[in-house]
This record gives sequence, C-alpha cells and structure tokens, in this order.
Amino acid sequence: MHTAEITHLLRLEWQLDRRQKHVWGSMALYVVSTIYVCYHGVRHLTDVPIWNALFWIILLFAAFNALGRSFQREDAGRQLYLYTLASPRSVVLARTAYNALVMAALSLLSLAAYALFIGGTPMQAARLDIFVPVVVVGGVGFALVLTLLSALAARAGNGIGLMAILGFPIVLPMLLSLMKASKLALDGMGWNVTGKYVLWLVLIDLITVGLAWLLFPYLWRD
Amino acid sequence: MKGCWWKGLSVLLLLYVVFMGLHTPLGPALVHTSIDRIAPGPVTVEATGYNTHFAKESPQVWIENDGYRVCATAVTVNSDVVFSAQFTVPAGFHSNLTSLWAWDSVDGPVVLRDAFFTEGLGKDLQGEGCAVGTAERSGFSFPNRTILNETIRNLFFHVPMWFTMMVLMTIAFWQSLMVLRTGNLDKDQMALSAVDVSLLFAVLGLITGSIWARATWGDWWTSDPKLNGAAVSVLIYAAYLILRGSVPDPHKRARLAAIYNIFAYVLMMVFLMVLPRLTDSLHPGNGGNPAFSQYDLDSSLRAVFYPAVLGWILLGVWAYTLHLRAARLNSIADEANDR
Repeated sequence: MHTAEITHLLRLEWQLDRRQKHVWGSMALYVVSTIYVCYHGVRHLTDVPIWNALFWIILLFAAFNALGRSFQREDAGRQLYLYTLASPRSVVLARTAYNALVMAALSLLSLAAYALFIGGTPMQAARLDIFVPVVVVGGVGFALVLTLLSALAARAGNGIGLMAILGFPIVLPMLLSLMKASKLALDGMGWNVTGKYVLWLVLIDLITVGLAWLLFPYLWRD
Repeated sequence: MKGCWWKGLSVLLLLYVVFMGLHTPLGPALVHTSIDRIAPGPVTVEATGYNTHFAKESPQVWIENDGYRVCATAVTVNSDVVFSAQFTVPAGFHSNLTSLWAWDSVDGPVVLRDAFFTEGLGKDLQGEGCAVGTAERSGFSFPNRTILNETIRNLFFHVPMWFTMMVLMTIAFWQSLMVLRTGNLDKDQMALSAVDVSLLFAVLGLITGSIWARATWGDWWTSDPKLNGAAVSVLIYAAYLILRGSVPDPHKRARLAAIYNIFAYVLMMVFLMVLPRLTDSLHPGNGGNPAFSQYDLDSSLRAVFYPAVLGWILLGVWAYTLHLRAARLNSIADEANDR
C-alpha cells in the first residue's frame, strides 16, 4: 500500500471539488430543499419513531445523490490517464476515504437542517453523545458501500438509477441497524444497549472497505 | 447413466418425504376445554382431543398443578375425541396455572398445558397426589404442538427451500470468483444459471413461509429480521439480473456481474448470520426463540427432515445443471444462426 499515493489522490479529489464549488452547493441544496419540502408536509414532528425514520430516509437519498457522481465526473480519457499513473487500490481507497469525509460532513449538515426545520424535540431526551456518532457512522457507512457501487454503475454505462437498484438491497440491512441504534440513542439508552449496534456497523464498514480493496482492480481494468 | 445416481436418489428421497411428511399422523393431544377457569369445589370439564382414541379405552383423567395431581372422580367418554370429567378441586394449589392430563394405553399421556386459570391458591397441598398411568404410546407420529398443529409438516418443505437457495448462491459466488480469475464466459453462464434457480427456490421459500406465518402468527408477512433477510436476498439477486441486462458487451457484463455478486454475497451472508442475533424475532432459532432442534426436532421429525434437506438440495443442483445445459445449447444455436 502506498500511503503517499493515497494522500496525493485525496488532495487531488479535494482540489477538483474546490475548483467546482457548485458541487458542494448542489449537495447542500439537495438536502436542505428535501428537508424543507418535508417540513411543509409535516410541520413539527414530535413522534420519535417517525422523526427518526424520516431523517434516515432523507440522509439515504442524500447519500445516493452525493455519491452517484463519484465515478461519473471523469471522462474516459482522464480515467485512462489516472490508470497509468496510480494503482487501482490506491484510487479506490482514496476515493472511499474522500467520500466518507464528505458524507460525515453532509450527515452533520443534514442533522442540523433537520433539527432546525422539523424540530429538535426528540433530541431533548436523547443521548447526544451516542446519537451524533451513530449519525456520522451511518453517513460514512453509506459512503463506503456506495463508492464501489457507484464505480460499478458508472462502468455499466448507466447512471444513478442503476446505482439505486444495486444499492438499496445492500444498504437496507445497514439502514435497519442504523434506525434501531439511533432510535435507542433517542430514547436515552446508554452505550451498554447501543454499543453492540455501533460495533456491528463499524464491522460492516471494515468488511465493505476490504471487499472494495479486493474487487476494485477487476473493475478498473478494461 | 453413469454419474446420475444422485438424481435418482433425489427423486426417491423426495417421494419418501412427500409420502411420510403428509401421511404420518400427528401424535394425540388435548386441544380444547369447555372452561378455562377453576375454583375450589366440584367442577365438570368437557375436553376435546385430536387424534385420540378415548372410545377404545376410557382414559384416566387428572389435573396437575405445580407437580400435585388430582384425579377425576368420574369420566364419561362421548366419542374418540371428547370426554367429560368431574373433579373436586381442592383449595391450596400453589400455582395459578393448572394443566389437564389424560392417559390411556392406546394414546399414552396427553396434555393441555396451563388449561385452567386457578383460584383459591395456598401452600397446603404437598406431595404428588393421586397415582396415574405413565406408559408411553407406541407407533410413528409427529409431535402435536400447540399453534403449529398440522402445519408442522411444512418443516420438510419451507426450511429446505432456504438451504437449497443458500447452496445455489454459494455455487454462484464460487463461479463469480472463477470469472474474475479466468475471465471465462462459461463460468459466467454457470453463475447466472445458479442465480436463476436459486431465485426460484427463494420464491418458493417465501410462499411456503408466508402460508406458515399466516397459519401460526396470523399474518402473511411480519417485520422480522429473518424475513427481512430473505427479502433482501431476493432483491439483491433481482438487482444482479438487472445489472446484467444493462451491459451489452458479454465480457464486460461477466466481470461487472461477478464483482456485484461477490460484493453482495459476502455482505448478505454477514447480514443473515449477524442481524437476526442482534434483534428479537418470532422466527425459530433467533432472539431467544428456540430452533426446532432444541426442543422437539425429535426422532420422528428428523427421520423425514434430513432426507428432505438432502433431497431438495440435490433437486436444486439438478435443476441448475439442466438450466446450464439449456443455456449452453442456446448459445451454440445462436452462434450457428449468426454464421
């Protein structure tokens, strides 16, 4: 593994995105406008299970929207150029790490916007020291699973639609555990109850990264 | 015919399973009482049995509370499955739940556990009370469980469907690994055939499970980790087929499908193994619910269940080889047409 190569690629991702500021704007706008539409549908939600479920659904769709472009923004020529320069495993690890950081930030932003519009009442009784990490772990988990699938969908020459079809069944069990863990945290349960869910989610994340690391070289060569 | 013995074996096993699984009677049991509450004093109970033979030999009847037995003072047999019995219920039973028992030499002991809610509790009654017959019945039958009743036979159909699906998905997983190693298109066809047949078994598993759930839990579908796992596996393999459909180039299609299959299979297996253990579940074998093997996969069920598992798996593999041969012949025919 080449740590220097990975950090270099990470910096490349960051610079590319910084040059295209509208990308950030579009991700943030997607989340905020979705939440705003929901706000007009429900006004203030105080019911904890519904509040919880709606939040995760919004975050899931935000993740699909944000990560769908992950492997689609470069054309064939640039992809070939990158292929000659870097090892595929470095590329996938760098991009996964970058997407994980983006999703961590996006999940926190979503939570803030969600609490602002839909209401933060359910969070008053919550163990925030557990709930917020669960949200971040969830966002990062989505990023890890969807990065490989985004590459797969891009290779299949099909856009975000195919990614959603491939991604939903794989993300679904993770989503169920996330909803359960965050519901427990909202109910004020401690680490002794939520701990095993968080541990299990982290384990899934590690397995996903391992699989992406193993499989990506086969996806990359054409 | 050489090398085909296992196909014959699967047919023989499944014939045996269908015959024994549907033909073997359930063991006798008591299923219903006319009253569900008793208090100290004289009580008359009419009880209904299932597959019992009370008319052949009048049963000895007793009620049992926390190990203390009170025998009936009089028993009138109305038919093979109905008798009425009179008791003098004493004061001072320990527990508020009393079971009703009957014994005759044809049926052995039969019981309706916790049949009566009991009043007049105390600590007065010690020892075992009256003496009763204990000889077990002879003959081959399936256990008669409350709620499950006759549906216990579904064990030989529902459970092996999922085992067969797992075996076929594992074949598909293995062939996908081979596709990535060798780039061989025939391996890709093998993976596709295995997925197609495994989806058939998944659908059969869902249908048999749904019927069973309706009969025992009262609903066609419940939100349950095992059921969610089943739904997710079906969705994953449906997505696999859609992914294949959207890539025209066969080599590229083989590689992309193999990557998705490996990724999905590993994650799905982890989910199926771990997720049900994290949450409560109605399904046997999870969340404090014992699997059949732990409480009553007794010798009579085992004698049919193990052949059923082997027979269905062999049938699944047979279907897979047929599907594969048909697909290979089709591709040869296509090539011939192109020329």
